[in-house]
Amino acid sequence: MVVLQTVLNGLLTGGLYALIGIGMALVFGVMRIVNFAHGALIMVGMYAAYFAFTLLGLSPYLGWILSALLLFALGWLLYRGLIRPVMGQSDFMQILLTTGVWLALVDLAQLLFGADYRQINLGIANAVVRLGPLRVSSGYLLSFFAAAVVIGLVYAFLYRTELGRDVRAVAQNREVAPLMGIDVERVSAVAFALGAACAGAGGALLLPLFYLYPTVGDPLLLRSFVMVVLGGMGSVEGAALGGLVLGVAESLTGYFWTDSYSQVVDFLLFLAILLVRPSGLLGRQRA
Amino acid sequence: MTLSTPTPPPSATSRPGPLLSVRGVTAFYDEFQALWGVDLEVREGEVVTLLGANGAGKTTTLRVISGLLRPPSGGVRFAGREITGLPAHRIVELGIAHVPEGRQLFPLMSVEENLLLGGRVARVRARRPANLERMVELFPILGERRHQAAGTLSGGEQQMLAIARALMSEPRLLLLDEPSLGLAPRVTEEVFATVRSIAARGVTVLLVEQNVLEALEISDRGYVIEHGRIVRAGAAAELARDAAIREAYLGL
Ligand SMILES: Nc1ncnc2c1ncn2[C@@H]1O[C@H](COP(=O)(O)OP(=O)(O)OP(=O)(O)O)[C@@H](O)[C@H]1O
Ligand SMILES: [Mg+2]
Repeated sequence: MVVLQTVLNGLLTGGLYALIGIGMALVFGVMRIVNFAHGALIMVGMYAAYFAFTLLGLSPYLGWILSALLLFALGWLLYRGLIRPVMGQSDFMQILLTTGVWLALVDLAQLLFGADYRQINLGIANAVVRLGPLRVSSGYLLSFFAAAVVIGLVYAFLYRTELGRDVRAVAQNREVAPLMGIDVERVSAVAFALGAACAGAGGALLLPLFYLYPTVGDPLLLRSFVMVVLGGMGSVEGAALGGLVLGVAESLTGYFWTDSYSQVVDFLLFLAILLVRPSGLLGRQRA
Repeated sequence: MTLSTPTPPPSATSRPGPLLSVRGVTAFYDEFQALWGVDLEVREGEVVTLLGANGAGKTTTLRVISGLLRPPSGGVRFAGREITGLPAHRIVELGIAHVPEGRQLFPLMSVEENLLLGGRVARVRARRPANLERMVELFPILGERRHQAAGTLSGGEQQMLAIARALMSEPRLLLLDEPSLGLAPRVTEEVFATVRSIAARGVTVLLVEQNVLEALEISDRGYVIEHGRIVRAGAAAELARDAAIREAYLGL
C-alpha cells in the first residue's frame, strides 16, 4: 500500500514534469535546439505567479494563464532577438546562447528579488484528500489536473489546428516545409514561445508546492532534458510519458533510498534509455 | 496571421514569353560553386527535361527555382514576375510546386494530412476539400491508405503521395526531381504515366530524371547540364537521337 501511495505521489509530480517536458520537446522537435534556458523560464513563470498572488490575490490555479501568456511573449521576443540569429549556426553557439539566457535570467531574479526563499500559503492546496486507502495533498492534485488541462490544450493546438499542423510539419521535415507554403521562421517563433509558455504554466503550478528562489528552475532543466530523451528526441507525447516515468522513478527512489538520490536516478534513467532505446520510450524513429 | 496574399491570376492578356525563365543563375554550398550561370526556359504547357550526370547541378537548379536556395547572381522569372530571392513559402503561393528528390514526406502524418499540407496555401485553401477528394480519386491507392502514416507506404506509393501533395496547390509549374528514383520498373512506368496525364491536363512540367529515354519520350524539349552549366538544349526527340547523349547517359 505504501508503494502504491508512493507511485501515486510520483504520478502527480510527474504530471507537472510532463508539462515542463513537452515545452522542451516542442522547442527541440521544431528547432533541434536544446534550450538551456528552459529551467530559468520555469523560474520566471513561478515568480510571475508569485507576484500575481501576493499583489493581485490571483490564485496560481488561475495565475498560470497569466504566467503562460507572459512567458509566451518573452519566448517570442527571445526567439526574434536572440535565437533566430544563431539558427543554422553550430550547436555550440546555440548552447552558448541559451545558457547565456539562463544565467542572465537567474542573475536578474537574484538582483530583483534577492536569494530569499519564498512561499505562498494557499488554503485549498493544504488539505489532504482521501482516495480510498490513499491520501494525497490537494495542492498536488489540483496542480496535476491543471497541468493535465494545459497539456490537453497544447495537444489540441498541435492536432486540431492548422498552425499546430504546421508546427508538426516543421518538426518532421524542416527542409520541405517551406515548399508547403509554411513560413518556418514564424513556426519556429511559435514553437519557442509555446515551449516557454509551457514552462511558465508549469512554474505557476509548482508554486503552491515548492519554495521559490532564483535557481529553483535549475534542477528542472536537467529533468526536462531527461524527459526529452526518454520521450524520443522531440516527441511531445513521449516527453509527457517521460515526465510521468520520471516522477514515479524519483518518488520510488525517495521511498526505497533517500530523496537526495532522486537526481542520480534521473541520470541513470537517462543513460539507460540512451543505451537501450535511443529512440525513446515510444520508440518512433525520426526521419 | 501573416499568410501571404493570394496571387492575382496572371492577367488574361498574359504577356508573351516563357512561363519560367532562369537566367545566369549561380549557386553555392558554402565555398563550393554548384551552378555557374544556368539559363533555361519553360513555356506554358510544355514538359521539359533537365538531364545531367550525378552531381551536375540538377537538384540545385530546381532548388533555386522553388526558392529553397538563394542565387547570389542571376535571376528567375515566373509568369512575368521576378521571383529571384523570394522565400520558398512565397513562391509556392505563386504557383510553383516542387516535388523534391527522395519524396520528403511528413512520415508520421497520415496520407490525408500530407495532402492537406500540400493544399494549405491561401490561393487554393477554399478548394482544398474538393482537391483532396480529387487526389484520392486520381490516386486510388492514396484513398485506401488515407489514414495510414505516410512513412509506412511503399516507395511507389510515397512518390505518388509526393506528387499528389504538390498537385494540391494547383500549380501552374510542377518541378519533379527524379520521381522514379529507387522504384521498380513497373512502378516507374506508373510514375511516367502519371506525369504524362498531369501534363495532359495543362500543368507545365520541369522534369529531372535518370531514365533519360523515358523522360525525353514524354517531353517536348530538354536541356543537358554538366558541372553546373547548361551545355545542350534542344527538342526532346532530337536529344534522344543524339549520339553523344546516348553515350553519356545511356551507355549506348
Ligand atoms: N548540401 C550540399 N552541400 C554541399 N555540396 C552540395 C550539397 N548539395 C549538393 N552539393 C554538391 O553540388 C553539386 C550539385 O549537386 P546536385 O544535387 O544539384 O546534383 P544533381 O545533378 O541533382 O545530382 P544527382 O543526380 O546525384 O541528384 C554536387 O557536386 C554536389 O556534391
Ligand atoms: Mg539531384
